Amino acid sequence: MLELITFIVLSAVTLVSAILVITRRNAVHSVIWLIVSLFSVGGIFLLQHAEFLFAVQIILYVGGIMVLFLFVVMLVDIDVALKQARFARQWPLALVTAILLLAILGFAFYNHSKGLGLPARPMIVAPAQNTQAVGMTLYQNYMLPVEIASLLLLVAMVGAVIMAKRKLE
Amino acid sequence: MIPTDYYIFLGTGLFIIGVIGVLTRRNVLIILMSIELILNAVNINLMAFSQYFKSVDGQVFAIFVITDAAAEAAVGLGLIIALFRNKETVNADEIDLLKW
Repeated sequence: MLELITFIVLSAVTLVSAILVITRRNAVHSVIWLIVSLFSVGGIFLLQHAEFLFAVQIILYVGGIMVLFLFVVMLVDIDVALKQARFARQWPLALVTAILLLAILGFAFYNHSKGLGLPARPMIVAPAQNTQAVGMTLYQNYMLPVEIASLLLLVAMVGAVIMAKRKLE
Repeated sequence: MIPTDYYIFLGTGLFIIGVIGVLTRRNVLIILMSIELILNAVNINLMAFSQYFKSVDGQVFAIFVITDAAAEAAVGLGLIIALFRNKETVNADEIDLLKW
């Protein structure tokens, strides 16, 4: 019961702050609300006994990516953006499209009268061994994807440096 | 235990909010943030199914998704800096260098 209440509170915080992210005029406020949203998603990971991913979420997302976002928001001019329209010209059409997508997904869920028919099942991995289990799987079964991901990060790093450089010689 | 359905509903809601953000906002930075929301919705689903199928493979894939998000944020923000330097704008509808 306590678990369910925690889940509902965390989901509400996630969704409300996500809505605030896409509606705020000031980009700095959006970044702050995104941090709140990512924190509560991290809480949901913790609720599912995924401690390692919770740590990754906090360190990498909140500590790394969001600080990067904040830097770039500070670099570009906020004062001009505050006076401009928030939403693009096509927003009614975009909203209809999104609601259509929601309707399709809702219909898919509704077709199974008892949700998706997936019962709750307890985790097989003991909570204390989560990090160990993830590490074992990552470096035994997914060795090649890890190497590809590291290559992707290298390419992204070089690409970001080159694109942010003032002038190409 | 919380039913897997609830996690999927939450993921769906977060995904829809992210899609609305990508499609309606003008500021490129907020479009990138909406993409982060979408990736988080995917992570919630991966986590829910990882729990459902009693395997940590879903969590490993969530780590790969986070890696992708980091790479995408780095390249995207580099692009935004280059764009702001050239066009003095971060609005998606004013970026028309490739239009004729």
